[in-house]
Amino acid sequence: MNDRRFNALLGFAALLIVFVFAGFVLTLVVQSLPAVKQEGAAFLYGSEWNPVTARFGALPFIIGTLLTSAIALVIAIPLSLSAGIVMGEYVRSGWLRSLLNTLINVLASIPSVVFGLWGIEVVIPLVRNLAVLFGAPPYGAGILAASLVLAIMIIPYMSSMTREALMNVPAGLREGAFALGLTKQEVVTGIALPFARQSIFAGILLSLGRALGETMAVTMLIGNATRIPDSLFSLGNTLASVIASQFNEAASDVHRSAMMGLALMLLLITMIAGWFGRTLMRKGASAYGK
Amino acid sequence: MENNAFKSRHQIRAQKDRFFKLAVMIPSGIVVALLILILAQVVIKGARALNMDFFFKQQKPFGETGGGIVQAIVGTMMLLGTAIVAALPFSLLASLYLYEHRGSKRAKMLATTINTLQGIPSIVIGVVIYSWIVVPLRSFSALAGGTALAIVMLPLMTSMIHASLEMVPPSYLEAALALGVPRWRAIIDIILPASASGILEATSLGVARAAGETAPLIFTAFGNPFLSLSLKGPVSALPLVIYEYIKSPYDDWHQKAWGAALLLVLFVLILNMLIGSRKKH
Repeated sequence: MNDRRFNALLGFAALLIVFVFAGFVLTLVVQSLPAVKQEGAAFLYGSEWNPVTARFGALPFIIGTLLTSAIALVIAIPLSLSAGIVMGEYVRSGWLRSLLNTLINVLASIPSVVFGLWGIEVVIPLVRNLAVLFGAPPYGAGILAASLVLAIMIIPYMSSMTREALMNVPAGLREGAFALGLTKQEVVTGIALPFARQSIFAGILLSLGRALGETMAVTMLIGNATRIPDSLFSLGNTLASVIASQFNEAASDVHRSAMMGLALMLLLITMIAGWFGRTLMRKGASAYGK
Repeated sequence: MENNAFKSRHQIRAQKDRFFKLAVMIPSGIVVALLILILAQVVIKGARALNMDFFFKQQKPFGETGGGIVQAIVGTMMLLGTAIVAALPFSLLASLYLYEHRGSKRAKMLATTINTLQGIPSIVIGVVIYSWIVVPLRSFSALAGGTALAIVMLPLMTSMIHASLEMVPPSYLEAALALGVPRWRAIIDIILPASASGILEATSLGVARAAGETAPLIFTAFGNPFLSLSLKGPVSALPLVIYEYIKSPYDDWHQKAWGAALLLVLFVLILNMLIGSRKKH
């Protein structure tokens, strides 16, 4: 062993990791070719997905993915921002803070399948009652149930990222504002939140990335129906949930290839959300340096 | 008159302040209540399923009550063991690469790749490992499942180990180099031992993260109703059991799903707590 060999070993491992990632993309592209060749651009906008007649249009799943994530964000943003503000501004020390931190950390580490289980036993009956109230078909499972649980799942990430963003606001700014006689609310909404807004928005985007790719809880709660959802109570499927529920049962090569295509779409969508999130995060972090 | 106007404006501001506090406290209270509710339900419903048979007996045939989930407990251990064996060396080497080449273009590229890998939905990992390992070997296997979990762990472990390497004071390395120690020996004998606790932490966090992953296992480890110790064959796992049992029509299996959920949550929490308590010291 010498320095050169040691460096070569490190370089080999680094290269291998880059290759593994490139291999991921390449595998998905190559394997999805048969389905893309058969369907052409209709693979993206076709609304019919029928393995029996071998029609593969991914639109219902793309809509399902975007819709559930959007609803989850709408629910999660006010709750997470509130929790983040409380942790970052109101209880910055003491037992209440450690309780909140512990709870949020615990929730962040609970596996997705456990959320699915909880959703089946608690959220589905709740949504079923709601559906009856609104005169919708009482499935229980569906877009709403999946979105609700998705929202609960991303709250820990979003609120801890909001807290971090607020904790990083320079103390001088806050102290100066208090010295001028501003109230706590004015300091938070006028100084701290505007200062931290890029990092908070980055946190929202990174949470969105998680919601888009979330599989198990959604698969267990969305009802796994191939259709374009027309109401909150409608059954549906997301890109991830259709792969989870159909991949092992795929009977034909084209069906499997189409599923690879869905995986590729999912990968691209989450990569874009993650890339935007990280870029904003860097920008937000560099704002603190000024 | 002017004084009054000032006073009322002050009152409005004070009121707004109180209102804002309430407006953030109430939703936070809802969040806390939800979290406690979920945890309490997992503990209460899960505890009912726990008994000796649950830990030490295999699954009974469909529809029969009793039995246990030893096949899933053992399966999860096998999968996590395989994943660690595969992921630890590569994350060590990759984080050392980031450490040794910091600031270089290649290191930045590797860091970006690792960040991107971390964001890949785990179901996509399952699909790719299926076509990389399951198809050529013509069988679902613990090996494939372990590899999928290794890819889940790798980015997390690499970035954590890298962070702990960077925490070692550079003077350690400089002192060793000044004594004439070759660089690679200095790294292996000085830097790595100095960040041992960080490496351990990264490993347990990686395990905690991978233990609950279900999506990458469905097409790789697949699940198995029987206890299997073969790396080449399909194995069960705790998350797979939860997913499968709750879909079944049997109350006994539903209860076992909650038991498995409690077991899984406890395992993950204990790993996280170990890390938390280390950080305090």
